[in-house]
Amino acid sequence: MSELLDLNLVEASEALKNKKISSLELTKAYLKSISDTSSLGAYLEIVEDKAISMAKESDKKLIDGTARPLEGIPIGIKDMFCTKDIKTTASSKILENFIPTYESTVTQNLWNDGAVILGKLSCDEFAMGSSNETAAKGNVINPWLKNKKMSPGGSSGGSAAAVAARSALAATGTDTGGSIRQPAAFCGITGLKPTYGRCSRWGIVAFSSSLDQAGPLTRTVSDAALMLNSMAGYDQKDSTSANLKMPDLMDYLDKGIKGKKIGIPKEYTQDGISEDIVKFYEKSIDWLKDEGAEIVPVSLPHTKYALPAYYIIAPAEASSNLARYDGVRYGARHEASSLDEMYELTRGNSFGDEVKRRIMIGTYVLSSGYYDAYYLKAQKVRRLIKEDFENVYKKVDYILTPSTPTTSFELGKKQDPLTMYLNDIFTVPASLAGLPGISLPVGLDNSGLPIGIQLIANSFDEPGLIRTARVLERSAGFNFIADGAAK
Amino acid sequence: MNDTSTLKPGHILGETGIWEMVIGLEIHAQISSKSKLFSGASASFGSEANRNVSLVDAAMPGMLPVINEFCVEQAVKTGLALNAKINNVSVFDRKNYFYADLPQGYQISQFTKPIVGEGEIIVDLDNGEQTTIGIERLHLEQDAGKSLHDQHPTKSYIDLNRTGVALMEIVSKPDIRSPQEAGAYVKKIRSILRYIGACDGNMEEGSLRADCNVSVRKSGKEFGTRCEIKNLNSIRFIIQAIQSEAERQVDILEEGGTIDQETRLFDTSTGETRSMRSKEDAHDYRYFPDPDLLPLEFTESWVQDIKEKLPELPDSLKKRLVKDFGITSYDASILVEEKDYVDFYQQAANGRDGKLTANWMITELFGALKKDNLSFSESPITSENLGELISLISNGTISGKIAKEVFSEMMKSKKSPYVIVKEKGLEQVSDDSEILELIDQVISDNQEKVNEYLSGKDKLFGFFVGQVMKLSQGKANPGVVNKLLKEKLK
Repeated sequence: MSELLDLNLVEASEALKNKKISSLELTKAYLKSISDTSSLGAYLEIVEDKAISMAKESDKKLIDGTARPLEGIPIGIKDMFCTKDIKTTASSKILENFIPTYESTVTQNLWNDGAVILGKLSCDEFAMGSSNETAAKGNVINPWLKNKKMSPGGSSGGSAAAVAARSALAATGTDTGGSIRQPAAFCGITGLKPTYGRCSRWGIVAFSSSLDQAGPLTRTVSDAALMLNSMAGYDQKDSTSANLKMPDLMDYLDKGIKGKKIGIPKEYTQDGISEDIVKFYEKSIDWLKDEGAEIVPVSLPHTKYALPAYYIIAPAEASSNLARYDGVRYGARHEASSLDEMYELTRGNSFGDEVKRRIMIGTYVLSSGYYDAYYLKAQKVRRLIKEDFENVYKKVDYILTPSTPTTSFELGKKQDPLTMYLNDIFTVPASLAGLPGISLPVGLDNSGLPIGIQLIANSFDEPGLIRTARVLERSAGFNFIADGAAK
Repeated sequence: MNDTSTLKPGHILGETGIWEMVIGLEIHAQISSKSKLFSGASASFGSEANRNVSLVDAAMPGMLPVINEFCVEQAVKTGLALNAKINNVSVFDRKNYFYADLPQGYQISQFTKPIVGEGEIIVDLDNGEQTTIGIERLHLEQDAGKSLHDQHPTKSYIDLNRTGVALMEIVSKPDIRSPQEAGAYVKKIRSILRYIGACDGNMEEGSLRADCNVSVRKSGKEFGTRCEIKNLNSIRFIIQAIQSEAERQVDILEEGGTIDQETRLFDTSTGETRSMRSKEDAHDYRYFPDPDLLPLEFTESWVQDIKEKLPELPDSLKKRLVKDFGITSYDASILVEEKDYVDFYQQAANGRDGKLTANWMITELFGALKKDNLSFSESPITSENLGELISLISNGTISGKIAKEVFSEMMKSKKSPYVIVKEKGLEQVSDDSEILELIDQVISDNQEKVNEYLSGKDKLFGFFVGQVMKLSQGKANPGVVNKLLKEKLK
């Protein structure tokens, strides 16, 4: 079994195509992993029968030579993606028993390319959180320093934990302010948030429509490239989807970065960042320099306003997006004698504290009398942040930053919401600007927890992001496996 | 000084003098589109409850709106027909509120940047005068669903068929000064919408509804506080509701009270308005741009293409009818009121006597339909048949009197006038020898009267004509009878 789990996605795909292994044995190995690592709580729903039948189908195609790009690869799906006939809850009590009759575009793209579904992965409720602690069914445990019960990060905590624990060969995530990159950093894996518009949002439970973007969580940069190749694509059903063809990212893996300019924003190296992260950030800069890149100090002056702007825009949109969970047509309903009371009881009992907090913030900032001071101001800040990046990309090709100010923290150590929000300080600016970003592991801190470094590219430059990340990945040579991973 | 006999429409005589009404209308017109504004579900009327509901309409998790281009085109077309400014960039906003028949928890509408800006239309009043009413804006929005509260003792039923159906909200400026003007304005808007095919204007089915903003003031003074009467679905109710609301406001003001800005409903059974919700209870809709939709943008050339394809509109059509068919401006304004009328008229009058056709259509046909309680589309007489009847009159085949008889038969049997005339042998007799035979008989039957006439009693001439006509069963051509009689009785 162990050798099967050792294969990353690209290697497993090779082995499948060369008929060294079958999808059925690979899928069964992962199903066993899921059960071996069940104490981590990464999965909300396991679809064993469906996994087996899809694997058998893939094996047929592998034999008859009609294999597709992800043929036979067992993956996990964040519970924000609607999956036909499979419970989709967004980790919320309000959708506890919700079974969609439709399949999200991104997951459909994956199945069309031959991937095999293992199950649905936990996340923060409606993707609101940075520790996976807001999930209705309880937190997920980071497979690193398993006995200390560390947070996998969030909101794609289940996805990151599953990939790190080797209970999924890859997973999908959604990233609104850092929900792919931060958990990837906490769990020592690769997480890529594409350019806004690259992946269709159709069928993904909406949190903040102008920011939400799907992306892969994988072991390696090339795995991420292979996954995103399948996930991305124009979709008429999403008006904000970009009508652009993405080149085959696998072609950019080994192009190197000689002569490329890497921007180092001065605003990302302030106080409050852990020393080990600073150390590895500096190392990363050196590695890229050694590979022939030119390092350019740059400034993104409005960075300090990114987090406040984000925590106005995202809750504002969320307060409206979550209005549909009203107990009338589907999902939880608490019977009452009047419509208003039904709303109050249904929403009051079925949303968790963090979701309620954001609905209240969002409702407040959109209220007449406050709209201009908060929402409109935040939109202006967002524009300025975008312009910051546009100016910098006139001078450099990519921007390098830490992914998070700290490594993972212990679960249950009650943090106040504001401290929690600071987790996203390095990931939020790229989200507001709609830019693609990737976090990859470059080392361990002194307590043995993974450190993530983030690369940000210009709009729709996923190819550039992949080639640069690949260089950094090689130089860092991160090959540690979490102690809580399946063996 | 306050003589009620000279009180103009829209004026109310109170204890303190004459009050003037200030009225603004918001018309909600359902776009004649097969599918909804942001989903592919059918927008047809009268389906079984919850049949025309897509995943988007039901606001299932992760569903996204996609704009229906046809509806955008209809809004632009309407804007052009209202002589309004077309905004080549407009934005969809979310209007947030909770209600059981509003699945998304928000209505997608346009708030700060509507697709159509200011315009104006000319309105024809009953007294033959015209007035210009300003248009403030036109925007696109989704309709809500329907709540049924009377189907079950403790539950409400929800029908989402209408949810997401495309509406245009046409907002007038507060330029309207009487209930009659308001009625004429709605009629004109409805007529324009029907001409361009953007909305069927069917008020009974709810495709056209109006909210009326009403306030009163002393002439020349500042506008008073207004009340909004919601959801009026007939021109008659619009006129009644405005009149009664204005009177209510005058009563309050004259007693020293003040008007509360509020939303009111019109009770069709009492003919009065009653409070629905006050300003304090007004929703805070928390409008913000819908992040699921990009701004709506189109090019000037696209707008130009639509402009070139616009059909002829009532105002210019009216002028053309007067010029081409020689009819009166009054008749023309009646005919252009409905596109169906004018299409019918033009077919019937084509190559014929325009004036005669207009008379027959307006007096006889409209009258007969009204008497039989039929709508225009149910008319048993086609434009082709009316035209044929006009031809039969004009070429002397039948007299005007016989034509009326033929017309009644056409109403009953739907037969062509030609067939009726043939079957009943109603052709006018113009042949000299046939008529001479009749004259000879009348003379020999009335020799005494002939003598009286010849000895100078000229008045008797009419008697002889009458006798000849009677003998011919009305078919003799009266002109020929006259001429021949005169010759005979010299």
